[in-house]
Amino acid sequence: MSLAKPDALDITTKQKVALAIGVIGLFIFTLALFNTNFPNKGLFLTLSLGSIIGGIIIYSREAYLTKLEGIKNDGVWFKSISSRGILGWILGVILTSFYIVLYFFPKYLGLGTDGEANTGLISLFDPLSHLLSGRDASQWFVYGTLYTVAILAFGYKFILKYRHNRYQQLRTVSVMFFQLGFAFLIPEFMYVMNNDLPYYDLKSIWPLNYYIFDEWSVNGFLSNGNIGIALLLFGIISIFVITPILTYKYGKRWYCSWVCGCGGLAETAGDSFRQLSSKKMSAWKLERWLIHTVLVFSIVMTVAMIYTYLGYDKNDFWLTRDVFIVSVIGFLTLVFATVMIFKRHELGKDAKYGAIGYFIVIILLLVMHFTGTTDHLFYIKAGALRSAYGIYIGSIFSGVIGTGFYPILGNRSWCRFGCPMAAILGFQQRLFSKFRITTNGGQCISCGNCSNSCEMGIDVRAYAQKGENIVRSSCVGCGVCSAVCPRGVLKLENDSMEGRINPTEILLGNDVDLMDFVNQK
Amino acid sequence: MEHIVIIGNGISGVTLARHVRKLSDKRITIISGETDFFFSRTALMYIYMGHMKFEHTQPYENWFWEKNRIELKKGFVSKVETETKTLHFKEGDTLQYDKLIIATGSKPNKFGWPGQDLEGTLGMYHKQDLEKLEKYAPNKDVCKRAVIVGGGLIGIELAEMLNSRSIPVTFLVREDSFWNGVLPQGESEMINRHIKNHHIDLRLSTNLRAINSDENGKVKSVIIEETGEELECNVVGLTAGVAPNIDFLKDSGIEIGRGVKVNRFLETNIPDIYSIGDCAEQHEAIGNRRPIEAVWYTGRMMGETLAQTICGNRIAYKPGHWFNSAKFLDIEYQTYGWVFAERGRPEHEVHFHWKHEDDTKCITIAYDKNTNEFLGINNFGIRMRHEVFDRWLTEKRDLDYVINHLPEANFDPEFYSKFEKDILKAYNNQLQTV
Repeated sequence: MSLAKPDALDITTKQKVALAIGVIGLFIFTLALFNTNFPNKGLFLTLSLGSIIGGIIIYSREAYLTKLEGIKNDGVWFKSISSRGILGWILGVILTSFYIVLYFFPKYLGLGTDGEANTGLISLFDPLSHLLSGRDASQWFVYGTLYTVAILAFGYKFILKYRHNRYQQLRTVSVMFFQLGFAFLIPEFMYVMNNDLPYYDLKSIWPLNYYIFDEWSVNGFLSNGNIGIALLLFGIISIFVITPILTYKYGKRWYCSWVCGCGGLAETAGDSFRQLSSKKMSAWKLERWLIHTVLVFSIVMTVAMIYTYLGYDKNDFWLTRDVFIVSVIGFLTLVFATVMIFKRHELGKDAKYGAIGYFIVIILLLVMHFTGTTDHLFYIKAGALRSAYGIYIGSIFSGVIGTGFYPILGNRSWCRFGCPMAAILGFQQRLFSKFRITTNGGQCISCGNCSNSCEMGIDVRAYAQKGENIVRSSCVGCGVCSAVCPRGVLKLENDSMEGRINPTEILLGNDVDLMDFVNQK
Repeated sequence: MEHIVIIGNGISGVTLARHVRKLSDKRITIISGETDFFFSRTALMYIYMGHMKFEHTQPYENWFWEKNRIELKKGFVSKVETETKTLHFKEGDTLQYDKLIIATGSKPNKFGWPGQDLEGTLGMYHKQDLEKLEKYAPNKDVCKRAVIVGGGLIGIELAEMLNSRSIPVTFLVREDSFWNGVLPQGESEMINRHIKNHHIDLRLSTNLRAINSDENGKVKSVIIEETGEELECNVVGLTAGVAPNIDFLKDSGIEIGRGVKVNRFLETNIPDIYSIGDCAEQHEAIGNRRPIEAVWYTGRMMGETLAQTICGNRIAYKPGHWFNSAKFLDIEYQTYGWVFAERGRPEHEVHFHWKHEDDTKCITIAYDKNTNEFLGINNFGIRMRHEVFDRWLTEKRDLDYVINHLPEANFDPEFYSKFEKDILKAYNNQLQTV
């Protein structure tokens, strides 16, 4: 409607100062990137990180603490950065380029190769890395540090933005804690204690953590005695025991918006972009195909990878190729049969797609088993699948597109279209979970605030205006739809499975006889 | 095939069309002069505030209508010829109908104030009003002050909108406390304070005398009736309620009062012509309801009901327990059952009122002083479950039961502070002092 940005939404002087402070921090990074050799790297690193964090803190305090508590979305669709304007595109290009360099050309960031010392940006982070683990920084250490700083600083901003909403505050504190502790500090300390252990972020669960069953990783665990075996077991228990129980009780939100690092970044640094996710029916269709394809890919890839190295040392271990393939197929069949027996009516025509997916996986596994040799699976070199997955899904999809495109596609495009972990949790959330978003009778006014703020692109309003609870596999339970609802219509709840899905034709508040007449049909 | 023509693409007409489509194969046409597609009128404010864009206020994607064979026609009906069942459009063309539904909604009230049609005056009802506001009040430099006349739900929304762009607002309210024709005193006064906390210049017991024009026919200032004070401003929002939008029906033979007169079956005096939503006026009010209910929910319910009648299952409009909601700046409000303000309160109705010390949360429970029967609740800043109160009203629970079971009705997000204990304590204390 209005092309001109309303001037009234300009930021205050104090916010301009805060922005300047933050930019100075980024500028130090830029200088380092261009190989400025700072005399005292520790000082300059502290200075740059400090001014970035300080800038964000000052900016946020001015933005939210000067106003009364409440929903703070004024001008979201006017600001260039959060409405796919020029600033949004510029930021998108910068982030995307950063990811490409990070994943594929770390030497441009100054990574020392062949034992040489780091230079450039990575060397700027050496002092912190030495402090934590005594080794030189890597591109992953730089990335991890920046990632953690982003979650902490923007997490603080988010907490101020929702200072009237304790659900939002608690889950933000939770992702800040898990990022700082589990993803950043603990792995560093684990390295100090035992430097043979592979990097392991305890909260990162297969298949999101697709390298946990890589040969180097498993060997790393196995060769480190009890602690290694305990960690590997924890990884397996996370998948098969902890995850199903927590998802049954609380929905997938316990992971996606309380623990997960990808989710943590999306909810904090990515919060300003949540409204950009597409709510079109066509986007939903694409989402369902894409995310389940990735899931199939990740399962087949992981099985193939384990299968490969199980073939290397014959018969000296109870887990042989045959035992492995039979147990995988058995497990998948068990899951499939359970769903088909107990939940077939809920799935409707989706049951057909589920069946197709299941049979594709089984056929692929059988083909692999019967055509595979020691070095070749699917007639390609063993390990090729794994590297293809690592490049296309692990790097390009989750990093370059998933995060780089925040300002274009919204903050959860990886979680929505690509994350295989989200697909598994979502599958369970849809079928075996107590979680739902309850709709409050007939109170919806179809305003669209809920849909607009759904980062997963769920058309929340489509359910709310029908008085129907929202039970969607993609919902990460961030609770922002409930927060922004002006009429108190939505509530995230864990309640009994009975009556969780409640489609109605006529809403509460109308003639009781009419409701009975129409809704029972 | 029978042709169902609906004038108005608001919540009433669109709900009707959707339900008729579900129940039948009839040809359906929806006419609107305002917009191409259905949008949520209640969300207009969020477009100006930048929370959403216009397309986000459309509950259905644009392909929805064709897919469901609901024809959309853009145009203003200028005349209804009931003998030949023909609609005449301002644009010159005509359309035949078999059954006609008038769902044209409301238009803002104007009470003959001098200068009420100057450039820079506007209501806040139609999409065109929003476009006007964007033109006259894009920012605080173009619009140095806005004056809002009329302290109802639309008035306070307009104040919030302008406030979001830092445009100074003077809010003229005829009553001596905000919306106290509807809200009991304690609540109304809490909202007064909340409005002032947002730096909105709230003037109670204040009326508009006239709007002055500059040399170009634009709003320059307003004159206050009581004091004669002149307030300079660039925009005047006229939000003193709404009235049915039915001028085009004069001389059509359709019986008209303030709105289109309908019986309990939402039928007008002319066969095959019906009216629903804001523009329909019941011959006799239903229960405590007003003859004209200009509320989103009632429009939707009338649409749901009339669809049955149109499709051969003739049933009366018999709404269930009253409910409504609104948001006053940052404070959400819901109501279930009937809670009357001081004015118009039945003799047997008395209130229990509790307010949180932070002055943003309160509840008022109305009950019958003779029987203690629960009559209704207003809740501010605390969300309550519709389903639970609907049930309690049906079961005719008493005040004691309701107060003691309030936790069941709580609908606030998880981890929110709960106030049921405080409420119970206040209730018990009050009983002791009485």
